[in-house]
Amino acid sequence: MRPTDRKYLKSHEWCKIENGIATLGITDFAVSHLSDLVFLDLPNKGASVTAGESFGEIESVKAVSSLYSPVSGEVIDCNKNLPDNLEWLAQDPFNKSWMIKVKVTAQSKALIDAAAYETQCQAEG
Amino acid sequence: MQSTALASTHIALGARMVDFAGWNMPVQYRPILDEAKTVRGKAGLFDLGHMGRVKVHGRQAEAFLQRLQTNDVAAIPPGRIRYAMILNDQGITQDDILVYRNPRNDGFFVVINAGNTARDLGIMRAVAKGFDVVVEDCTPSLGMIAIQGPLSQQITQRIAAGDLSQLKYYAWMETTVCGVPMTLSRTGYTGEDGFEVYMPSGKEQAVWDAFMAAGAADGLTAIGLGARDTLRHEAGMPLYGHEIDETTNPLEAGLDWAVKWNHDFVGKQALEKVLAAGGTGRKLVGLTSDAKRCPRQGYPLQKDGAKVGHVCSGNISPTLDTNIATAYVRVDCSAPGTKLDFVVRDKAEPCVVVPTPFYKRAR
Repeated sequence: MRPTDRKYLKSHEWCKIENGIATLGITDFAVSHLSDLVFLDLPNKGASVTAGESFGEIESVKAVSSLYSPVSGEVIDCNKNLPDNLEWLAQDPFNKSWMIKVKVTAQSKALIDAAAYETQCQAEG
Repeated sequence: MQSTALASTHIALGARMVDFAGWNMPVQYRPILDEAKTVRGKAGLFDLGHMGRVKVHGRQAEAFLQRLQTNDVAAIPPGRIRYAMILNDQGITQDDILVYRNPRNDGFFVVINAGNTARDLGIMRAVAKGFDVVVEDCTPSLGMIAIQGPLSQQITQRIAAGDLSQLKYYAWMETTVCGVPMTLSRTGYTGEDGFEVYMPSGKEQAVWDAFMAAGAADGLTAIGLGARDTLRHEAGMPLYGHEIDETTNPLEAGLDWAVKWNHDFVGKQALEKVLAAGGTGRKLVGLTSDAKRCPRQGYPLQKDGAKVGHVCSGNISPTLDTNIATAYVRVDCSAPGTKLDFVVRDKAEPCVVVPTPFYKRAR
């Protein structure tokens, strides 16, 4: 089971909300399916993100994937060292590899808990 | 989804499997760039069971093929192979194919793309109505495995009968592997030396295992479709759905060398009109970029802020150590050295037109 202290999107982002601040990242399932990561584009501090819309891109040797935001709000912090250390994503996707922190004004209705996300991953194989 | 005879072997080897043109295929066993380097430096083994395989025979087999496709089949000697295209009446590419004339000169063998197999067979059967010819889909009755890389000949010679050093590029022969009669061609889709082997279905596993055992000491490993795409792109070979598709003709794709005007093929009149009009105004070119982002399929290309084309394929090239792309651009922007921008997430990144192929092996 993946961490139960946070919620997930079916598009494999995780979202941990504490005191109105959401920390976003992607799951180990996403990392293993993307494989061979080469580039990560994250928004800067001060940018605004919208629930259900793209907040960045992650590129592997063969493909580019959008990162979808589970929340709306202002980006108040960004894991600046992550793009230069993409191996962290495979090593520790749920802690060290957080991507951005957002001051939440709204949440996606599509967020699911860890158990439902588990079922989703099993269905995708 | 269809599976080749080797699907469980790929899974046992730890492959990541994907749906490719309706087939459950290995995209990679190891990091893609490492797999590509193995093929450039040593040798790699590919399951190509998904490719379409068609036997063409009968009294008018040659005349049928002359009508069906763009190359001059009459000029193919027995045991030799040519690259060609199937077009529609508008001169638009339906598929790119290899046409093999049988070594005994008793018919032909055609290899087509997995994603186009059903459509190609439909076109073939429609064209065949005017000819005394048999079009036989052998995709289910034959397996297909390729070995590619500089060590291909020495590895294959350990298990195949006959002197492979005598087999020329784009030639094929009958041989036996593990005591089973099969055919072997000096062809491939990587830009390296190598062979494609066609065996009776049911023998795929035995042949795969024989290759692996024969090549283990030389570093032969299984290679997935991800590296296959990188390798073909570096070598300047088109991929249907990227450089060629339902919107392109062979002239703008730079494939006029595979179009012979001495016979009446489907789409010829339309292509002649394109020629008479001086082309379509655009051309397929190669690009390289040292930007952090890789130019990818569909990205717009700009010259001084104005759109002049779009990217067909983009890859990180482990052999050239840069980003490579193929793209259709306006003819006035197609000269090597022309500086363009590709647009990714509203940001312009620099790239430059270069000659293709990006990579050519030393012979």
